[in-house]
Parts: sequence; C-alpha cells; structure tokens
Amino acid sequence: MNLISLFILAFLTENVVLTKFLGTCPLMGTSNKMKSAFSMGIAVTVVTTVSSLISYLIYYYVLVPSEVTYLKTVTFILVVASLVQITEIIVKNKLPKLYKEFGIYLPLITTNCMVLGTILLGISNEYNLIEMLVYSFGSSLGFLLILYVFASIRERLNQTKIPEALKGYPISLITIGLIAIIFSRFI
Amino acid sequence: MKSIIKENPIFVTMLGLCPALAVTNNFEKAYMMGISVIVVLLLSGLIVGLIKKIVPDNVKIPVYIVIIGTFVTILEMILAKFIPNLYSAFSIYLSLLVVNCIVLGTSLSFKKEDKYLDVIKKSFFTGVGFALALCLIAIIREVIGSNTITIIDSLSSVTGSKIVFNVFPTNNVMPISLFAEPAGAFIVLGILMGTFRWIRTRKGGNNESN
Repeated sequence: MNLISLFILAFLTENVVLTKFLGTCPLMGTSNKMKSAFSMGIAVTVVTTVSSLISYLIYYYVLVPSEVTYLKTVTFILVVASLVQITEIIVKNKLPKLYKEFGIYLPLITTNCMVLGTILLGISNEYNLIEMLVYSFGSSLGFLLILYVFASIRERLNQTKIPEALKGYPISLITIGLIAIIFSRFI
Repeated sequence: MKSIIKENPIFVTMLGLCPALAVTNNFEKAYMMGISVIVVLLLSGLIVGLIKKIVPDNVKIPVYIVIIGTFVTILEMILAKFIPNLYSAFSIYLSLLVVNCIVLGTSLSFKKEDKYLDVIKKSFFTGVGFALALCLIAIIREVIGSNTITIIDSLSSVTGSKIVFNVFPTNNVMPISLFAEPAGAFIVLGILMGTFRWIRTRKGGNNESN
C-alpha cells in the first residue's frame, strides 16, 4: 500500500478515536486545557511509535519463530509498560523542565488503550516494518488532533449554558459523536 | 450491590468506555463481552485478593496487568477455539481488556486491609454492572440502528440455531444506520448518561458519588 495513503487513512479517515473508540478514557479525563492536551498528545505519539517498532521486532523475531504468538497481548503490554517507565526515568533526569510539563501524564499512557490497540491492529493487518511505523505514527497524530480539537471545543463549552444533567461527560460524548459524523463523511 | 446502579462503572464513574462503545452495535456481542468482563474480573479478583498484601506499591500496575493479561489470553484462546465467529467479531477489543480501566481500576482500588470475600464480591458486582450497561446501550443501538435484536447468531456454532428478532415492520424510517456507526455510539452513550444523571438528581438525592 502507498505509504502516504496509509498515513492519511490512519490520521484522518480511520481515526483511532472516532472509528475504533481507542483512547476515549484519556480523551474524557485529560483534555481540559489545550496546552496539557498537546503535551499529552506528544507523549503518546512518542511512546506509540517507539513501542510499535519494538513490539514489531519482538513479534516477528522472537514470538513467531518460537511459535508462541498467543503471548502477544502480554508481551506487547509489557513492552509498552516498560517503555513508559524508561521514558519517565530519562525525562525526569535529563529534562526536568519537560518532566514538569507532562510528567503526570506519562504513567497514564500505559493504560491508554490507544497504544496497545494500534500495535495490535498493525500486527493483525500484517503490515511490514515501514508500514507499521507510518501507521502507528499516523494513528497517534490522529489521537493528538482529536485531543486538541476536543480540548478547544471544551473550553468554549465551559462558557455556554448547558442543561444541568448534560454537563460534563454527557455533553462531551455527544460532542465527540458530532465530530465523528463529520470525520466519517471524509470518504 | 451499589456497584450495579449507584456506582455503575459506565454511566457514573466512566470506566471502560472503549469496549462499551465498540461492541454495542449488536446485542449478542454486548452480552458476550459483558460475560467476558465478569469472568476476567472475577478470576483476577481471586488472584489479586490473595497477593495484594505482598505486592509492593511501585510495581502494582505491571504485576496486575500481567495477571489480567494471563486471564484475557486464556479467554481469547477458548473463544478462538469454540466460537471463532465471535472471536473475530471482537477483533482487538478482547485483547484490549488488558488495559481496560474497569478491570485494572477495580484491581487497583483494593486496599491491603480489604477482606478476601469483599474483593471477590466487588469484582463480581462491578462486572455485572458493566455487563448490564453494555446490554442497555446495545439494545438501543441495535433496535434503532439495524431494526433487529440479535440474541444468538455467532453463538449458533455452539447452540445450533439462530435467534434474531425483527423489531418493526419494514418502513422508510426505521433502520437509522447512523446509530450502528461509531458516531451513534458516542451520542447514545452521552444521552443515556445524561438521562441517568437527570433521574438521580430528580430523586432529590445529593448522592453525587464523585
């Protein structure tokens, strides 16, 4: 498949948040401010891209030759968890300024189903290494995009009159639904 | 009991949204996912209840993830063997139970001094609450989105026959396919959540739990 079209597919037309529901929890929980949404998105992008590379190598050079592919879920989640831990230690020691900015979001990435979901989708679609990298990079940028768009809409939502029962999560979900309608008509 | 209604994992505490949205376009998929979550929660509750006293706090998350991952993998293998249709319908969402906030969140919420029986009870009722919420969303989405209620379809490889109801007679309005699409999932869940909150506040309860 053409790499550019694969990127567009992962980034926009099959956006992981809007068509596969991955990463809805952090989307609801963290995107109150545009700036923190952006930091969180960048952190997720880095972790997803690197962990998909490592998972790909482990899957095709360790799990497949030794015929233990049923271990893939456990292996991938361990890769993600340890990568998050390592990133946290590196950032904490080398870039304390950056750590202050998105330090609190780092441990949360482990439980972000977007990271694991992208890796699993990439493996089940049988992408090669380059395609896998493009796909995971595009998907996580798509997550960043939705996170950012949604955070900016939410800033406006906070200033408008909303029925008491719909305040907070319900109106956020309906908003995402409307964004999803717009995105699903891209094709 | 309060984990079923007052602290329903989906409508009130907003945990585990990703499978709740993904598998609810079909009633059968929804209740099977609900059962899977109950099984995983219960089994991991059994183990977590035993070892929670000896696990140091800073490695809690990886240890629990591996425990949950083990049970999810076992469940995946069983489904792939006996109900392959359902397994492929779930695609990645069964594996994603590993990082599901509801399973992990419940395991992490136990304190060291909690009793073993309470741990198992809470795991079970959280799972039931989650399953019921999934069924409710699925019924609404399937009836409006495809005008059917699927009770047994992929499971027919085990039971032998299919049970699928048509709800309304053919008309120009009814299957509104938007509701079967991802966008409909977000909107239905949002409206349901708002309704639940409206009912709770109308009862005059200031029992906003979080």
